[in-house]
Amino acid sequence: MRTGIIDGANLNGGQQLAVKYFSVALVLFLVQMLFGLLAAIQFVRPDFLYNVLDFNVNRMVHIDAMVVWMLYGFVGAVYWLLEEESGTRVVGLAVGNLAFWVLTVAVAIVVVVYLWVQTGPGNDLTRWFVNEGREYLEAPRWADFGIVAVLGVFFYNVAATFSRGRWSGIAGVLTLDLVALAGLYCAGMFYLTNITADQYWWWWVIHLWVEATWEVLVGCIMAWGLMHVLGVRRRIVETWLYIEVALMFGSGILGLGHHYFWIGTPDYWFSIGGFFSALEPIPLVAMVVHSVYDAGVRKLRNGNHPALAWIIAHTFGNFLGAGVWGFMHTLPQINLYTHGTQWTASHGHLAFFGAYATINIAFFYIAMQTWRGNIWLGSGLAGEGWKWKGALALINLGVIGMTVALLIAGYEQSFIERAMEGSTWRGYFAGQMHPWFQQAMAWRLVFGVVTLAGALLLVWDLLTIGVGETRRAPQFAAEAG
Amino acid sequence: MGTSPPVWASESFWKKVAIWVTAGSFVILVILTFDTLSKTAVGGSRVQSYSVINRSIDYRFDYILNRYRPVFGGDEPLFGRSLSEDEAAALVTQGKKTVQAKNCMNCHTLLGNGAYYAPDLTKAWLDPDWGSVEEREARMLAFLLDPEKNAVTFSSGRKMPRLGITDAEAHAIVAFLKWMSAIDTNGFPTNFKTIGHQED
Repeated sequence: MRTGIIDGANLNGGQQLAVKYFSVALVLFLVQMLFGLLAAIQFVRPDFLYNVLDFNVNRMVHIDAMVVWMLYGFVGAVYWLLEEESGTRVVGLAVGNLAFWVLTVAVAIVVVVYLWVQTGPGNDLTRWFVNEGREYLEAPRWADFGIVAVLGVFFYNVAATFSRGRWSGIAGVLTLDLVALAGLYCAGMFYLTNITADQYWWWWVIHLWVEATWEVLVGCIMAWGLMHVLGVRRRIVETWLYIEVALMFGSGILGLGHHYFWIGTPDYWFSIGGFFSALEPIPLVAMVVHSVYDAGVRKLRNGNHPALAWIIAHTFGNFLGAGVWGFMHTLPQINLYTHGTQWTASHGHLAFFGAYATINIAFFYIAMQTWRGNIWLGSGLAGEGWKWKGALALINLGVIGMTVALLIAGYEQSFIERAMEGSTWRGYFAGQMHPWFQQAMAWRLVFGVVTLAGALLLVWDLLTIGVGETRRAPQFAAEAG
Repeated sequence: MGTSPPVWASESFWKKVAIWVTAGSFVILVILTFDTLSKTAVGGSRVQSYSVINRSIDYRFDYILNRYRPVFGGDEPLFGRSLSEDEAAALVTQGKKTVQAKNCMNCHTLLGNGAYYAPDLTKAWLDPDWGSVEEREARMLAFLLDPEKNAVTFSSGRKMPRLGITDAEAHAIVAFLKWMSAIDTNGFPTNFKTIGHQED
């Protein structure tokens, strides 16, 4: 084993596949930010790239790149921990590798078509081969089948590897969660003219992924991460994992109702959606308590400071972004005015970042540490670790800045467009042209640039951290399940 | 002090709770889904039949329900021709497919869902800025066919791009928007003063 340089011999089979997923995830993370930046510029300068790369294209690439890089990160993280957690080799590594390349080529084709073809005539061919035109699920139908097939291979590898090796609490929750993850995607794979029913099923995919199955998947990944980074005992993290699953699914499944207030669905969803989504922050509080307590009792002593810092950022970001920012506008009494405004964008930015981007970045650092021969990434790094600290500070500052700017825009839009002007087109533009809204959009752009600067620093740090380092990190071998 | 945790803090207790809570929540969701889909079928009181595009549609405050809801008047055939249910369904379907194919949802919101770069389309058919009921259809078609030339930006500079919408697609989009405006959205958007209301 060689230390201080990237060497595939330092990784097991699953981890060698995982770093491929992490590499593409990092590229897509930059793509997400680049196209977000283009869309943000268009809010300030509407003529920018008009009729060349319009807002709808930039925004679509922005959100789809986000969904896909997060999935790449999750799949990578699971492959990363799979052999260690199961105590055996990944059963279908070759088919896993094939699935990775199929998915990556498919993603590249979809993005090229998005950018070059953009839209098509109003027929079925466009939906099958260009763009499905449903927010977050824009991928054309052919790609949907590819995604389900790749998720199927992934599920097979996870379930079969645990079956051949050993099962644990994390393994059980993870496997069942992946069944739900793949199954729910199918709920978005058919066309309906009835837009109420269409959006009903569309939310099954979006909400039950993002606010239920993704959260549980991240709970599994974080449970393993805490054992690995801090040496927390398995019985503790698995008990917490079950508590989180109970609270997450107990609130999140019926919390789906907060998307059914205004789409034509019956009004009993007011009570169901309002009540259960009010409970949704509770499991996120539990995750904060869990991680901060574990970090505290170990006095933050560990051999991977960047990973621990991003895990802590994850718990707070998840609680604030998904929990607090979500709850702020989730009750129907306020949602009547905030639904479909920048308020939602504010919540979306902090929630996706806090809940998912952060934990993926933590795993990037865990991967770099092992890839370079399980080197020390604690205190006393070269340059006092200014790059990882700078990236952490810039990215968090940038995202929080964008979140606050969008929240101000959302307040203004809710009051002026919705409450005062009644949501007509004229009312919409009255809100958009107000100086407070315009200033908020300018600040969002500024903080978007800050975020991108932080991400570039992050990439630089990941490529260089621990180069030439010879000190070894302490090994926290996860206890067997 | 005992070595094993109390039952309420034990792994096995929370494992059972997790399983039962998840299963119970999902079963309730499935039951509610059947109920919701039956209540939102096309032709019901919440989602009107496609042939509603043959009638006049408005959106008024209901003092009993204490919220806005769609109201329906007499005949007002779209583009001057009354359509059968099948013909109306085909036209609205083409409109919905075009709205998806042109990726409208990544600038606009529909039923409040989508992106926030352009106005909500839920009640676009009823918007007062189409001028008058008599002018509305022609102005909507002209706008869809040449959004750059017919842009109404309210000084924002934000114009709809050229999307290559054909004449047939433009007619279908208008039909879809008219049909969507008839959906009972539980009072969303509130305080919306319609084109009909302006003429009262």
